[in-house]
Amino acid sequence: MLLFLIGLVSGIISGMGIGGGTILIPALVIFVHPGQHIAQSVNLLFFIPTAVIALIVHIKNKRVNFKISIPVAFFGLMGAYLGSKIAISLPGTSLKKYFGVFLLVLGFYEMIRKDKRNPQRKRVSSN
Amino acid sequence: MNGYKFELDFKKLKDRDFLSKFIKYMIIGTVTGMANGLFGSGGGTIAVPAMVLLLDEEEHIAHATAISIILPLTFVSACLYISNNYVDWNLTIKVMAGGILGGYLGAKLLNICPSHVLRKIFAVFMIAAAVRMIL
Repeated sequence: MLLFLIGLVSGIISGMGIGGGTILIPALVIFVHPGQHIAQSVNLLFFIPTAVIALIVHIKNKRVNFKISIPVAFFGLMGAYLGSKIAISLPGTSLKKYFGVFLLVLGFYEMIRKDKRNPQRKRVSSN
Repeated sequence: MNGYKFELDFKKLKDRDFLSKFIKYMIIGTVTGMANGLFGSGGGTIAVPAMVLLLDEEEHIAHATAISIILPLTFVSACLYISNNYVDWNLTIKVMAGGILGGYLGAKLLNICPSHVLRKIFAVFMIAAAVRMIL
């Protein structure tokens, strides 16, 4: 039940586009103690089906700019491989601390970040 | 003669523009992928503002584009985590069940209450959780 609730709350937050993983991972680590690596793997796996569904909707609404996403994802794949290899090689206690620092930076960034309000949904132009 | 010169300069300008864009793509991709693999999250939190600030992309488009970038990265990272036995399917499925329902509710709620106030509230939660994890 606790796991379902944690999923529910982070689902609501990510559905609103605030970033669910940054809540899901600390919630799991603090309340369920599965180990930092497992908590991160839960979030990675959780993201895949939800992202597929969201992406189908976004592509239909022509909101994905593939001219950006293809080259960025290409370099991203190398980064993802490297980042995951580093994470796997680290002991859980260190990874947890590094994650905490990362979360702290993101938290402060969210605090100072200005919202760019775009009420109108513009579509990707074909330029 | 003048026309020819103008064309040359124009080409140069386009090349430089291409190079700077290429470098920006490289930086955004690498940083997003690294963070997403290392911390199992946070890719979107980096990629969305990066595209808005560096590529001058609109927030809505940046958001949808970020998902299309992070999906393949997450797939690679997840495979690496699983192949190193960092996986708990029982835990994952229970969290996922709540998450799918939550994602639906969140998307509905977005039309009712504005996210920028919630953003600040969750920033406080993030900082509190961060302090708890570091100490």
